[in-house]
Amino acid sequence: MSASNGVLLTVNELTISYGNIRAVKGISFEVHEGEIVTLIGANGAGKSSTLRAISGLVPYKGEVIYRGQNLHDIPADQIVALGIAQVPEGRGIFGNLTVGENLKLATWQRKDKAEIARDYERVFGIFPRLKERINQLGGTLSGGEQQMLAVARALMSRGRMLLLDEPSMGLAPVLVREIFKVLQEINQSGVTILLVEQNANMALRVAHRGYVLETGLITLSGPGKELLVDQRVKEAYLGG
Amino acid sequence: MIYILQQSLNALQLGSIYALIALGYTMVYGILTMINFAHGDLFMVGAFFCFIVATFFKLPFIPTLLISMIGVGLLGVTIERVAYRPLRQAPRVSAVITALGVGILLESVMLVIYPYPQSVPTLLPNITWTIGGVTISLLQIIIILLSLGLMLLLDFIVRRTMVGMAMRAISWDKSVVPLLGVPLNLVISATFALGTSLGAAAGVMYSQAFPVIDPYMGVLIGWKAFISAVVGGIGNIRGAMIGGFILGGVEIMVAAFMPSTYRDFVAFTLLLILLIFRPYGILGQPRPQKV
Ligand SMILES: Nc1ncnc2c1ncn2[C@@H]1O[C@H](COP(=O)(O)OP(=O)(O)O)[C@@H](O)[C@H]1O
Ligand SMILES: [Mg+2]
Repeated sequence: MSASNGVLLTVNELTISYGNIRAVKGISFEVHEGEIVTLIGANGAGKSSTLRAISGLVPYKGEVIYRGQNLHDIPADQIVALGIAQVPEGRGIFGNLTVGENLKLATWQRKDKAEIARDYERVFGIFPRLKERINQLGGTLSGGEQQMLAVARALMSRGRMLLLDEPSMGLAPVLVREIFKVLQEINQSGVTILLVEQNANMALRVAHRGYVLETGLITLSGPGKELLVDQRVKEAYLGG
Repeated sequence: MIYILQQSLNALQLGSIYALIALGYTMVYGILTMINFAHGDLFMVGAFFCFIVATFFKLPFIPTLLISMIGVGLLGVTIERVAYRPLRQAPRVSAVITALGVGILLESVMLVIYPYPQSVPTLLPNITWTIGGVTISLLQIIIILLSLGLMLLLDFIVRRTMVGMAMRAISWDKSVVPLLGVPLNLVISATFALGTSLGAAAGVMYSQAFPVIDPYMGVLIGWKAFISAVVGGIGNIRGAMIGGFILGGVEIMVAAFMPSTYRDFVAFTLLLILLIFRPYGILGQPRPQKV
């Protein structure tokens, strides 16, 4: 539990219930500074619920510790201020706001004008297409562009840790590869990533470590490359 | 011709008051998809604030207006906090029933304090000008210009500031807003503060134009402003402004050329016909369906 071993996020015995449905049944995992960690699992396994709990959007039992701080009673907007940004399932772009406004809104918690300007440059460096479309409404972007905007927005909120909920959903394979390449670059620039995916193949390729989530329980974990060749993972998630 | 010009001026005056009130309905609907049926009664409380401040503290127009706007703004924020927020996850109909209840509560409380109609002191000098046969009063000019000023200010806030951006974002998808670090409840409170204080401003101006007020004055005017918001496209800010002026215009013109008892009948029939052709209102669009 000490900060010196580079643990950025610790999830301990996390339990999430919706009424009588227990969606997550006491899972524990860690994310180290600088890592890409993936949480893979089928539809309904509890992946999104886990991310929503970390971001403070759903009530839960158990602990979420970020940089030694217990997040349990911290409101969602303050968790963003601590450096955890989430790209939600379905991207969550505001279709009635321009690309520029979508990005600007994410700087709500920030006062550091000079650094905000630098982050715009960095984000437009990564996603030049967003700069071209800065005055276009979010709703008029293609699916791939919306996903890029969602990631860019998370970076603008100065996320030191990015939670991504199925960024590959609904995108053509070539776009998925593009997004994952960008995620690796962002990770190399020092951003820690917790990646939730049904697309286990792509996720395990880029992840340092992975956890397999099945109906609310973690059933397997290990380095991404090992899980990729694990017989059980192959059968369940990689089509044999 | 002079008659029409004169009536147009009256229509502008009435329309600006409807528009200011309609904005409150539309803003709350925009962020919470809920009709705040207590809004007409907040307009009434605004008028009574004006009456109380002007009668007992003898303050001039501008301070009276500001105190009334701030007072009702705080009241609106409190109502949201106490009565609506606990019901945010509940079915919409519960929130609507609560809003109706809050409205009746406001009327009843005011009725206990002021069982009889009250007459509001005149806060502006009674100056009129006659230009080419058309008579304009200082009050009319102030009502029209002040309303336009407040509407421009609101339009600026909604389009150009961070809070306004957040309001628009909430109207698209509330659930994502906290993930950007935006405090949802603060923005919702700000929306109530803005919307209800505009209603109070309308109440103050109305009580200057029609200086006998009573606790039920907000009921019919509230409904009319609500209909203005629907005609403009509920949830759409510019739509609410347009809707207010349309209703003011139609009412005054009907009253000008027909027996005055026809006014509401003809005005509402026209508006209902308009809604048949534009079911989402003039500027409204079907809400995006979320998956
Ligand atoms: N808001 C909710 N209310 C009730 N049940 C929910 C809610 N959100 C998710 N669930 C249920 O919780 C379980 C896990 O869902 P989720 O976390 O979305 O899984 P995943 O993201 O892995 O597909 C599912 O059985 C789902 O039906
Ligand atoms: Mg999910």
